[in-house]
Amino acid sequence: MKIRYLLIGLVAGMAGLLVPALVQTQGPPPGARGGPPPPLRLADVKWQPWNNTGLIRMPTDVTPDGPAPKRDLTGLWDPARNGIGARGARNPAPLTAWGEAVGRTHKSGDGIREVPAPEINDPLSTLGDPSGYPRNLLFELRSIHFLRTPSAYYVLHMWERRWRAVWTDGRPLPADPDPRWYGYSVGHWEDDDTFVVNSNGTDERTWLDNAGNPHSDQLRVEERWHRISDKKLELTVTLDDPKAYTRPWVALDKLQFVRIPESVDLIEMMNAASEVQKVAEQYKAEANQRK
Amino acid sequence: MRRMFFGLLAASAVLVIASTSLLAHHGSASFDPAKRLMLEGTVTEWLWSNPHCFLKVDAKDDTGGVRNWNIELGNPTDMTGVGFKRTTFKAGDKVAATVVPVKSGAPVGRLVSVQLPDGTRLPQLPQ
Repeated sequence: MKIRYLLIGLVAGMAGLLVPALVQTQGPPPGARGGPPPPLRLADVKWQPWNNTGLIRMPTDVTPDGPAPKRDLTGLWDPARNGIGARGARNPAPLTAWGEAVGRTHKSGDGIREVPAPEINDPLSTLGDPSGYPRNLLFELRSIHFLRTPSAYYVLHMWERRWRAVWTDGRPLPADPDPRWYGYSVGHWEDDDTFVVNSNGTDERTWLDNAGNPHSDQLRVEERWHRISDKKLELTVTLDDPKAYTRPWVALDKLQFVRIPESVDLIEMMNAASEVQKVAEQYKAEANQRK
Repeated sequence: MRRMFFGLLAASAVLVIASTSLLAHHGSASFDPAKRLMLEGTVTEWLWSNPHCFLKVDAKDDTGGVRNWNIELGNPTDMTGVGFKRTTFKAGDKVAATVVPVKSGAPVGRLVSVQLPDGTRLPQLPQ
């Protein structure tokens, strides 16, 4: 009997999520009686002291806002929950034979290569390895802070508490780079609102995303940071890796960020090696219980 | 009516807890999404760790015996967002947890909601 009520509740709960979506496409306009809630204004976002869970919905009517300052990305930016990328990049390009072979060795916790938890071999979640680049753009992209010096932008990621330098002093990318977890990056302003970052030299041991998509040492990444207004920023990431993929492809398409107060004290969020070992032991214990 | 309310509450909560954004480390294939179990028991351990938190509870379940349940939650950052803390549980606490169990029948599940000794129910959605 109890199960029956739970099932009824489950159906009702799901309907509660689906009905507003239908109303939004077929019913009254936003804010009208019976319609979806009006757009969330930035002024109405309830900031949490530790992070930004108030930003579950992206503000669609940002007030007050203003024009984009010229050639400036400085500040603390947040993509709400849209940067998490739990299931991997959307619509990756077809893999080459090399890419297929490497991809088959990746046993991911989610996405197209998902395996049961005790079998996962994701170096990030089972060894505590760094996410690496560009996985830190395609998985757990949480709040980031752009800091500027005369020769570089420094991008500080809340996730992992990592940072990387994007050199703006005119140097070229290294022609024959020693692999790095976070590669090499240079950036320039294409116009007053668009900052373009080009990168290479990413260590092949890193996964591209949470689905275990692979990459090679030939990976080249282009990030386009488009400052839409004072409080809005968009990121588009294009990957070109002829050894692993049959064509270049867009891994992030206009991911939106909003500027949040620099007084926000971001929480620590990282996969410490000792903790991921504990979690791995937990999964092994669970697997034994299932036998 | 009261049961239906709790069913609705549980269903809504699981949609939050089991969403891929909160459990970004691995998927849900081994779990039975249509099933819920209510466990009343005693906390034996609370792991506050990345990429997942775990709550271990000795509870009498539908097998008729007491088993040590491994209950999985999301990462500490996202769990903090819905009201959990490193100090939310301690060994010996009496709790009532609703879980989505695994299909195999092992004492493993994902948390839907939990009632603490003081009556507080988690998760709490951001206001």
